[in-house]
Amino acid sequence: MQKMYSETPRPEHVEKNLVPKGETVKFLLDYSKALSVIDYNKLKFEALLN
Amino acid sequence: MKKSIVTDASLVSAYMQGNESALGDLITRHKQRIYSFIYSKVFDRDVAEDIFQDTFIKVIRTLKRGKYNEEGKFLPWVMRIAHNLVIDHFRKNNRMPKFENNDDFNIFSVLSDGALNAEKQIIKGQVESDVRRLIQELPADQKEVLVMRMYKDMSFKEISEQTGVSINTALGRMRYALINLRKVIDKHNIILTN
Repeated sequence: MQKMYSETPRPEHVEKNLVPKGETVKFLLDYSKALSVIDYNKLKFEALLN
Repeated sequence: MKKSIVTDASLVSAYMQGNESALGDLITRHKQRIYSFIYSKVFDRDVAEDIFQDTFIKVIRTLKRGKYNEEGKFLPWVMRIAHNLVIDHFRKNNRMPKFENNDDFNIFSVLSDGALNAEKQIIKGQVESDVRRLIQELPADQKEVLVMRMYKDMSFKEISEQTGVSINTALGRMRYALINLRKVIDKHNIILTN
């Protein structure tokens, strides 16, 4: 709960070499593989296939 | 050996035609720049991670729906999405402002939920019980007024009507009731604090 209502002070400078976690990138690649867009009568439907 | 450089446009095009690995290449190529940009605005690794993820979910959905118009501006387009999501994040946070903690002071060290804990509830019960016993020691007319005022929450006008005395007399009895209670408390060193 503390994290919802408070924050840590901001650092003086931002490190330039920050990258997202590997699991975030993996999630995105898996999400992309699972997502399929189906065209039907000019309508587009999204389906997530596991 | 000459190293061929695949453009973003080619990767986007390949991805839109079903080549999933092209997305991995695009993310690998731009993840540092996009993530650093987001972090430079929000200063929180977890929030930056969430916004980075939401940014690429939007990218993926747009590309898969074939709604992206390639104008050689893939990175500026992704940065714009990230920028908009950062703004959304701050809008959401403005509705629920956060308190900034530091090493010297943490707001959660002084905040409590206001409810009494078990020990304080027991002490409160004892104090109230002691006060009731002390009230029983008062002269009957003072006790009557004090009980009506403090426990039954009656006005002095109502007390005077019910007891058949004037308001001033009721006020006087209340005053003496409190003076006598204080005297007894002082005399016996009774502690009535929680």
